[in-house]
Amino acid sequence: MHSFGYRANALLTFAVTILALMCAMASLSDNLNSPSPTSQVQVLNINWFQKKLDGDDEVSMTLNVSANLESLFTWNTKQVFVFLAAEYETPKNSLNQVSLWDGIIPAKEHAKFWIHTTNKYRFIDQGSNLRGREFNLTLHWHIMPKTGKMFADKIVMSGYRLPDAYR
Amino acid sequence: MGDRSMGCLMDWQGQMLAEQLMQIMISSFAVMAFLGGYALDSFEIMLLVYAGVVVLTSVITVFNWPFFNSHPLNWLPQGGCEASKARVLSEHKPKC
Repeated sequence: MHSFGYRANALLTFAVTILALMCAMASLSDNLNSPSPTSQVQVLNINWFQKKLDGDDEVSMTLNVSANLESLFTWNTKQVFVFLAAEYETPKNSLNQVSLWDGIIPAKEHAKFWIHTTNKYRFIDQGSNLRGREFNLTLHWHIMPKTGKMFADKIVMSGYRLPDAYR
Repeated sequence: MGDRSMGCLMDWQGQMLAEQLMQIMISSFAVMAFLGGYALDSFEIMLLVYAGVVVLTSVITVFNWPFFNSHPLNWLPQGGCEASKARVLSEHKPKC
C-alpha cells in the first residue's frame, strides 16, 4: 500500500468484488418472493378454421386475455416476458404447444392488464387434427432479473374446444 | 506516483490504516447500501449509494493525507551507519 497506484488498484479490485457479492445477494433475495398471479382467457370468436393447401389445419381466433402479474415483480426485476400458448395432444404428438400471443411487461404498473386481440402468431397444426380438438390455454412467463437467476412459471387454463367442422 | 508532491511517503502504520479503512468502509457501507435498496425497493438506489461510497473511500484512503504519516520513520543518513559514525566522531554526537 506504499504508492498511489497500488492503493487505487487494491481499492478498485475490492470494490468490484464486493459489487459482485451484492449482485449475488440481490439475486438470492428473489427467492423470498412468493408470487400469486392470476389470469383468465376467453375465446370470444373463431374467426375462421380452414385446412391449408399443404394439408395443415389453421385457425384464427379472437381472444380476451386478462391477468394480474403484479406479485411477480421484485426490486431485482427488469421485465416480465409473458406468452400465451395453446397446448393439445394429437395422435402424432403427445404434446403440441403453439404460441398465440406474447408481450413484455416493463414495470409493475403495467402488470395488471386486459387485452382484446386476435392471435398474434398463427395457430397451425402439424397435420389435420384440430377439428373438435380440446386444448388448454397456458399463460407462461419469464421473470427477467436485473442481475442473477431468471424464474419461469405458468398457469394452465383448460376447457377450450375447437369446432367440429371447418368454417 | 504523486507521493513526492505531498511530501513524505505514507509510513507503515499509515499504510496499514489505509488498507483497513478501505476494506471496512467499503464492506460496511455496501451492507448499508444493500439493505437500503432492499427496503426502498430500488436497485438503482443501491448502486448509486455504493458508487458514492467507493468515491468517498478512494478520496480518503488513496491520497497521501498527512494523518497517514504520523509515525514517520527515521531513515539512516546517506552512506549507511559507517559513514554516519565517521561524521559523528567529528561532531562528538552519537547517532546510531
